[in-house]
Amino acid sequence: MLAEFEDSARPLAGGQSLVPLLNFRLSRPEFLIDLNGLPELSDIVDRGDHIAIGAMTRERSIENSDLVRSKAPLLHEATTHIAHLPIRSRGTIGGSLANADPAAEYPAVALALEFEMVVQSVRGERRIKAADFFEDVLTTALQPDELLIEIHVPKIPSNSGWAFVEIARRHGDFALAGVAAQITLEKSSLKDAKLAVCGAGSTAIRLTDAEEIILRDGIGDDAINAAAAAAAAAVDPMSDLHASAAHRQRLTGVMTSRALKKAAARIGSLA
Amino acid sequence: MSDTMPTYIGRSVVRREDDRLIQGAGTFVGDMKLEGMLHVAIVRSQLPHAKINAMDMRAARNVEGVELALCGADLKEELPPISGMQVAAPKTWRDGMDPRIEIPDQTLVPHDKLRYVGEPYALVVAKDRYIAEDAAELVEGDFEILPSIANAEAAAKDGAALVHDHLPGNIAASLHAKTGDGEAALDSAPHRLKKRFFHHRYAAMPMECRGVVAEYDSRTDSVTVWSSTQIVHWVRREVANALDMPEERVRVVAPDVGGGFGGKGHVYPEDILIAYLAKRLGRPVKWLEDRHEHLLNAAHSRDNLFEIEVGYDDDGRISVIKNNFLVDSGAYSPVGAAIAGNSIAHFMGPYDIPHYEADCKIMMTNRTPNAPYRGAGRPEVAFAMERSIDLVANELGHDPAEVRFRNMIQPDQMPFAVGLPYRDGVMIEYDSGDYPEALRKALNGVGGLDAFRKRQKEALADGRYLGLGLGCYVEGTGIGPFEGATVKIDPSGKVMVATGACPQGQGHETAFAQVAADIWKVPIEDVVVTLADTSHVTMGYGTIASRSAVTASGAIQDSSDKVKEKVFAIAANVLEASESDLELRDGSIGVKGVPEMSMTLKEVARAALPGWIHQRPEGIEAGLEGTAYYEPPTVTWAYAANAAVVEIDTATGEIKIENYVEVHDAGTLINPGIADGQVKGGLVQGIGGGLFEELSYDEHGQLMTGSFMDYLLPTASDVPPINVIHSETPSPRNAFGFKGLGEGGAIAPPVVIANAVCDALKPFGAEINSTPVRAEEILDIIEGGAAAVS
Repeated sequence: MLAEFEDSARPLAGGQSLVPLLNFRLSRPEFLIDLNGLPELSDIVDRGDHIAIGAMTRERSIENSDLVRSKAPLLHEATTHIAHLPIRSRGTIGGSLANADPAAEYPAVALALEFEMVVQSVRGERRIKAADFFEDVLTTALQPDELLIEIHVPKIPSNSGWAFVEIARRHGDFALAGVAAQITLEKSSLKDAKLAVCGAGSTAIRLTDAEEIILRDGIGDDAINAAAAAAAAAVDPMSDLHASAAHRQRLTGVMTSRALKKAAARIGSLA
Repeated sequence: MSDTMPTYIGRSVVRREDDRLIQGAGTFVGDMKLEGMLHVAIVRSQLPHAKINAMDMRAARNVEGVELALCGADLKEELPPISGMQVAAPKTWRDGMDPRIEIPDQTLVPHDKLRYVGEPYALVVAKDRYIAEDAAELVEGDFEILPSIANAEAAAKDGAALVHDHLPGNIAASLHAKTGDGEAALDSAPHRLKKRFFHHRYAAMPMECRGVVAEYDSRTDSVTVWSSTQIVHWVRREVANALDMPEERVRVVAPDVGGGFGGKGHVYPEDILIAYLAKRLGRPVKWLEDRHEHLLNAAHSRDNLFEIEVGYDDDGRISVIKNNFLVDSGAYSPVGAAIAGNSIAHFMGPYDIPHYEADCKIMMTNRTPNAPYRGAGRPEVAFAMERSIDLVANELGHDPAEVRFRNMIQPDQMPFAVGLPYRDGVMIEYDSGDYPEALRKALNGVGGLDAFRKRQKEALADGRYLGLGLGCYVEGTGIGPFEGATVKIDPSGKVMVATGACPQGQGHETAFAQVAADIWKVPIEDVVVTLADTSHVTMGYGTIASRSAVTASGAIQDSSDKVKEKVFAIAANVLEASESDLELRDGSIGVKGVPEMSMTLKEVARAALPGWIHQRPEGIEAGLEGTAYYEPPTVTWAYAANAAVVEIDTATGEIKIENYVEVHDAGTLINPGIADGQVKGGLVQGIGGGLFEELSYDEHGQLMTGSFMDYLLPTASDVPPINVIHSETPSPRNAFGFKGLGEGGAIAPPVVIANAVCDALKPFGAEINSTPVRAEEILDIIEGGAAAVS
């Protein structure tokens, strides 16, 4: 159908962003393609090295999934920061990722954990890495005839710690800055560090400079401070009514520091 | 009231409204569907200030399903502006305030120029709202953009553009008041402080937006209007005036109303326009305000800029305050100078300050009209006054609590004459209360002053920043001019009570049933209360200004007294007893001490009927019905002391309110459960205003907050632990001892939060003299990037 209607149709997932846009007459597609009649797109399945999550899986289901909680705890924790329960009960992971709001939690987690997006069209199926998926504000690599159908979430390696922390003016609002962190030890040195931020630019951003600092210098206070400073320097946020760009930038640093400390404290805490 | 103990007043009787409201069975304007009903979409200005050169309605009129599409030019000759936006003020008030008042009347739909973003300039009536909205987009206007006035200071500049051509300097009103001799007192004061304070613009944000349904009946040439309003009688007057009909042929009803808080406390253009359309089209017409419209067009509030001078001595004893302030009233001022009058009168709060001068200008700007919102002029001055006290304390190195105690009016000074006239023209005299005791209780509520200071010091040594914020206020409540009530004893024996009060969720049906049940000594189930319907009470005023508990109860009492005279006369006749030997008891009237000699109210009602078998004594007219208009002697004075403890996260600037206490005294409480909910709800709105809620404009007068994404209301998770402690010092000004409490809670939180944050950040020299208090600003102070913010 997407192929048939081209730009005149929008797929409707949980409707938590699209429906308000329709109400404000800001989005005016000629056709809505309701995906809510596709139960096959809402499973959470263990596929060995990764978890496959159907695009129409509700955020609330992800929040309540034992599999996600135990094997992708960063995704679980990020989910608890999404808006409020009624919104999580309707909103879907596919909708959030495909909407690509730079302040939303899931795109940051997708970048940090290196999700793989499975997209389908009449032309066939293809897979897009998270790093290639988010292009700009509300813009992804999805073609007009393509639908995001499944998300592959890598499982957390053993000996890892994770944290999703964010700050908003009120609980449940889009983040002024939110940081996803997952760090993995091998023996006693850091083997891997994954950091991404939301709310601080035109897309979620992988914080590679900050990752390099802690991979090199470890997770002592000095290294964390340096990583936080690198994170703040790496982002280029916008000013709006809720916070100036400068404020968002310094909050990115604070959230990076807090996420790293929390993640470090959790290393080895998973059974 | 009566010589026996009240049975219902003072008890947390379960609200009789809740059954329907909790089960979703309430009826709001939005629920109304009438046969053949049409729907209206209103086209609103997106420009702050523009001349209308031409309007083209043709495309809108051509849409299938559109019945009518009108612009200002089409209505110019049809409908007059809303008249009398300046609420009537008695001469004694005018004498004391030296006012120059030229509040402009509000045109319903302007044909010549647009004065604020959100102002209606065309409307479309169609068979459903979707079609109406589609057609509204096709309305074409040729506008010439005019220089805009973005705020009150810009309005006051030399050569500023004029919002209304006939108001030079953009001044809609100026007020002056004084007691003592401010200049001389300032000259002789040992210390002086001069500061600017800004209280930002926010607004009532009721869960239900506004809405109007109207229906015209050609057989009786009458109009019925259902409006989500706080003032049905005022709407009736304006509709009757605009449609040139007798008031008796206009019925206005407020069905269930989902919150008002003052924002629905005056007549809006839509109240009249929808009635007009229903009459013109001969079909029911409905308009529901959506949230976007509400943010643009429903009255905003606050938005005052103060320049304050304070004179004080070494002890922190304040001898004089000079208060110069500008009100940004937006393009109109729907209740005239009333809020500014409140601000002038309430500035000194619970403090004994011998010299005071106030000078106020109400400025016209290209913002949405400014009207009362819960607190109505009091949060603004409480902010300036209570910040000033903290600043005085800091200058001298005294504790802000101590400086408050030193300046407070002591209980033995009651009643206390302030030396200024109230809005009702009567010289202000605080009637009763113990202000220092309220502050002591509030401090105890946060663990006691000394204990807190110790904890604060220890925390600071740990690198944690705790602060204590205080805020005290007094509030004139139960204002006139009057309220009406009609009381009848129905032939069924039920006590039928109707008043002009218009509740918006306050629980009036329950509270007034409690009052009437005690007046009549009947079980509360036998009281039937009808509210917010002009067909039940000839004249009424409405529920605004923390007034209904006092004024409607007074009217119920006075109308009941008229009916009681007949009940006693008829019962005396039937029972062959002297009236003075009779008493009301448990739904009956009987001879004192003789239980078997009595008759029920039902029997009395039947004996009172007109006709051949009545049992009325000579000279007693038929029927048990009385109407009274209670005109209170003047206001009653509620008061409160607030204390809150906050902790600041110095990495993010976030404010965590650990504990918020308000000690509130509204005299005798009718229903403590309802009172508690009222005060807490107000506190949450105050906290919202203190931290989150802001109607932001850019420098051109464009409103930036058009949805709840931008205008942040506090949600359940933003509400701190709140403890409300009620004192009950009866007012001597009415038989019940009541004072009003609808607004109080909303007054203090912004300043309590600002004081608490400044107290916590004293090591950084924090001075926050404007609202809302934002984390970003706090972090700027901590990082040394900004000094005083005002």
